Amino acid sequence: MSRRSPLGRVRGLGSAKEGAGHWWGLRFSALALIPLTLWFAASVAVMSGAGYETVRAWAASPLVAGLLLLLIVAVFYHGARGLQEVIEDYVPRKSVKFTAILAVQAASIVLGLTGVLSVLLLLFRV
Amino acid sequence: MIQVNRVRNLPAAIRIDGGSKGPLGEGGFMSSDNRPLSPHLQVYRPQLTSVLSFLHRMTGVALTPGTLLLVYWLAAAAAGPEAFATAQALIGSIIGRVLLLGWSFALFYHLCNGIRHLFWDAGYGLELPDLYRSGWLMVFAACALTLGSWVLGYAMRSGAW
Repeated sequence: MSRRSPLGRVRGLGSAKEGAGHWWGLRFSALALIPLTLWFAASVAVMSGAGYETVRAWAASPLVAGLLLLLIVAVFYHGARGLQEVIEDYVPRKSVKFTAILAVQAASIVLGLTGVLSVLLLLFRV
Repeated sequence: MIQVNRVRNLPAAIRIDGGSKGPLGEGGFMSSDNRPLSPHLQVYRPQLTSVLSFLHRMTGVALTPGTLLLVYWLAAAAAGPEAFATAQALIGSIIGRVLLLGWSFALFYHLCNGIRHLFWDAGYGLELPDLYRSGWLMVFAACALTLGSWVLGYAMRSGAW
């Protein structure tokens, strides 16, 4: 979904590529991250110094696991898109720019999936 | 002539006002070897608005390696008690705590300033007095959230609650 306004699309305004979708994606993930990061920071602060069993019991709750999955997806989506913007602004050489963005996206996928798998393991391991 | 109060002393060649002649006059704006340069970081005296803006990007970039810590912590918890104890010890070490302090401030800063950005995107708070008011409010909120989370963390650790 590009979320460009119909008038903008008809007039051919704005980015000819995926700029509008990128812009919205960054804002929607930012909006989602406001409650998610506040919840996570508060949870981690409360569990500060707590042992393995406390953290495991916390992560075994489906509600917590669901929120953690949302947090991970939003963090890596937002982080990858944000870094891409910075790279596009400051890296002039096309080859370096392309490679850097690819590396950021690959790292985000690998790290994000590792996080998702960890949350699922914590949720389902008896 | 445009008044540019915020520009430091510069060689005449890159003055924004282009000297005393008009835009199209001799030695003014349009002569090819004396064109006004786009004002950049070293030209502007730092202002609250610009400094907060740089910091937004810098904290955003700084937070991305912080995601390694998030994933490591979750993976260690999933791996079992021993791996988790190692992770907790690493995070609880002096270096771990210093990094965590930096990342927690970067997180709260980026979060609070991100809310400002969302308001701007919606078209609110773009007047100069509003920018300064929301800017200082945001700095205060980010510091308060950082301090609050650490006070909460240490209080929980010592069993005060």
